[in-house]
Amino acid sequence: MLLHQLRSGFLLLLLFTFLTGVLYPLAVTGIAQLVFPAKANGSLITMSGKVVGSDLIGQQFSAPGYFWSRLSSTAPGAYNAGASTGSNLGPLNPALLDAAQKRVQALREADPGNQRPVPADLVTSSGSGLDPHISVAAALYQLPRVARVRGMRTDDVRALLEESTEGRFAGILGEPRVNVLRLNLALDAHKEGGR
Amino acid sequence: MFLSTWFLPVALLATTTFIAFPLSKYLAWIMEGKFKAPRFLGWFEEKLDSGPQDWKEYTAALLIFCTALFAFGFLVLVLQPWMPMNPDGKWMLAPSTIFHSAISFMTNTNLQHYSGDQHLSNFSQIFFILTNMFLSAAVGFCALTAIIRAFRGEKLVGNFFVDMWRVVVYMFVPASFIIGVIFLQQGAPMTFDTFARVSTLESPSTQQTIVVGPVAAVEPIKMLGTNGGGFYGMNSAHPFENPTGISNFVNTMAMMLFPFMLVLMYGRMLGRLRHAVVIFSVMLLMMAGTIVWSVYFDTLKPNPGLTGDSVARTYEIPSASAPGGKRTVTVPAVGGLPVDQHLGNLEGKEMRFGTSAGATYAAVTVDVTCGAVNSEHDSLNPIAAISPMVGMWLNCIFGGKGVGMINMLLYVIIGIFVAGMMVGRTPEYLGRKIGAREVKLALIALLVHPIMILGPTGLFAATDWGLKAVSNPGPHGFSQMVYQFSSASANNGSAFDGLGVTYGLANNPAPAPEAVPWDIAAGLVMLFSRFLPIVAPIAMAAYLGAKKRAPQGLGTLRDDTATFALLLLGTILIIGALLFLPVAALGPLAEHLGPIPFGG
Repeated sequence: MLLHQLRSGFLLLLLFTFLTGVLYPLAVTGIAQLVFPAKANGSLITMSGKVVGSDLIGQQFSAPGYFWSRLSSTAPGAYNAGASTGSNLGPLNPALLDAAQKRVQALREADPGNQRPVPADLVTSSGSGLDPHISVAAALYQLPRVARVRGMRTDDVRALLEESTEGRFAGILGEPRVNVLRLNLALDAHKEGGR
Repeated sequence: MFLSTWFLPVALLATTTFIAFPLSKYLAWIMEGKFKAPRFLGWFEEKLDSGPQDWKEYTAALLIFCTALFAFGFLVLVLQPWMPMNPDGKWMLAPSTIFHSAISFMTNTNLQHYSGDQHLSNFSQIFFILTNMFLSAAVGFCALTAIIRAFRGEKLVGNFFVDMWRVVVYMFVPASFIIGVIFLQQGAPMTFDTFARVSTLESPSTQQTIVVGPVAAVEPIKMLGTNGGGFYGMNSAHPFENPTGISNFVNTMAMMLFPFMLVLMYGRMLGRLRHAVVIFSVMLLMMAGTIVWSVYFDTLKPNPGLTGDSVARTYEIPSASAPGGKRTVTVPAVGGLPVDQHLGNLEGKEMRFGTSAGATYAAVTVDVTCGAVNSEHDSLNPIAAISPMVGMWLNCIFGGKGVGMINMLLYVIIGIFVAGMMVGRTPEYLGRKIGAREVKLALIALLVHPIMILGPTGLFAATDWGLKAVSNPGPHGFSQMVYQFSSASANNGSAFDGLGVTYGLANNPAPAPEAVPWDIAAGLVMLFSRFLPIVAPIAMAAYLGAKKRAPQGLGTLRDDTATFALLLLGTILIIGALLFLPVAALGPLAEHLGPIPFGG
């Protein structure tokens, strides 16, 4: 009797390993590579034959001429897509306040004279440390700085910003947000395009 | 603001309930064996059938299968360096971490002391993670089915292997496939490649390694099976696991779906749908409560760490050395940062899901003991973090696949027993008298949970094992330890991730110093808290079901009324929640009240 049970047990394990470990992933991969090939390989962005990033993975920006992303706590460097992690800082951890203070200072130094309150997403880390987005408010906060440093008209930057803005799905799901890498790529393309 | 905050949780609860009612009929139909599978599938079903089993044989088969699953998982992880699909030559995990992970995935916990993107090859992701997710979720489902049959008075409670086959092949695989396609459409990667290297825009010399893999295949069953172990370290917060607001909605709904349906399946298979709806309502009420709590305190309140404290506070502390026996301590005012926090606490949140998504998910994921996270629980506002902890402590707000409903049945039995004692009547459930043996078994199953949380937490909080692992100062550090063991014991799998529990690969030169004791302790907690509360209730159901049905009289406690719902809610709150009030006071409550100087 026990032997009978053992036999069924191992047969089940074997069958399921094949079904859920081989057949099922192969079927999903088949659909993925046939119907959604770009997304299935990581939504990579190619610019003039070179892969410059992924639509879904944020990058680190610190030059004043680019829009900055949120803080990232990945190690060894920010926005390390090979090791996603959040900051894991509790609200009362002094390190949280410290990081936020440094960010506020850096933003103020890059844009002297701008005394508006900083949108919170710019001074906090995202959960994944790879958030590709910032809020629209955070982008608008940085807009005058980027326009000034690049010598562009504010309206031109604003137009590009609006192009990179993703709205709420059906007006309710999600928060209006700006894809930082897309926006910065658009800024660079604008420069190369010349006037 | 009001709409964007509350639409998501309301829509989630409503949609899932709406879907669960009709679909639970399908579940019951399959588990009753009324579904006639196509011939080639039916052939396997016949081969697997080792004959009808009584409750002891069924339980033995369940335990044998789980042992085999553990051994298989252990083997796959040990062999990682020599297996294919490992182009960057990842070494094996540390032995203690392999022990921990093999238990974690076999018990449907998915507590991860490693990071998938850094430590696992795609071979391990598929043959360890993916297969375990399907199978461990089905085990709890089968246990519930056996209990239902035992309650119906059946001496032979079915065949475990046939039940497993039905659950996985007729439910999990097709459902996963459908949800997988939705995830693909939203942008989740699905490839057997491992990574792509790109030069970043600002400094092309800095390369970014974009880790890809079979994400869209893992994701659906991770949620549907309330497993929760992420492909990437940051789980559903990672943009590849959860690319958009829509994927987040589907993701959250997927983990609620089976727990919702199983409660109704229980009612349908017993022919007591009204009774099940009463239980369902109690669960729904509690889930709504945890969601409202976390959203209110996390999304509608700013992160207190950035607001500062504009008022200095003074405390009087008894002190033997000070004149008058009292000393005053002043906590000075702290200046807030010039930060606009009207979107709530954004530390550890992702922008694309919407503001209330993180807090909603935090409550739901613990209620249904999924354990996936789409925000960083460690960074929740202190008082909001009570919500996920309560979810794990009660462990019956829908709960994990099957086992949540089983836990709720224990509360039902205890509640009826207590009520019976109060009015001086013999307590009955489903027309059968609850005796001392049934109550003992129910209590054993219930008490495992608090013992397994409070015991190890006390031990670790008193020793370097815990103190050297915490990453946040003060009460938050204590919360990290409580959370870890609560998550292990509830078979949840979410964590306050700052806790230093990651050893990493076996050749890691600088592992977290206390990773080994955490691996072993959490591993054992998961093991006991998984199987005692499965085996004892099956025995309880078998003993109860074997009794003669007593005729329903005027004095019988009706189990399908609002009164019964109140009784159940009260039992859960008094027995389940009060046990944990002291640790809640030491952890999140103390942190919320701010820096209070203790002692002299």
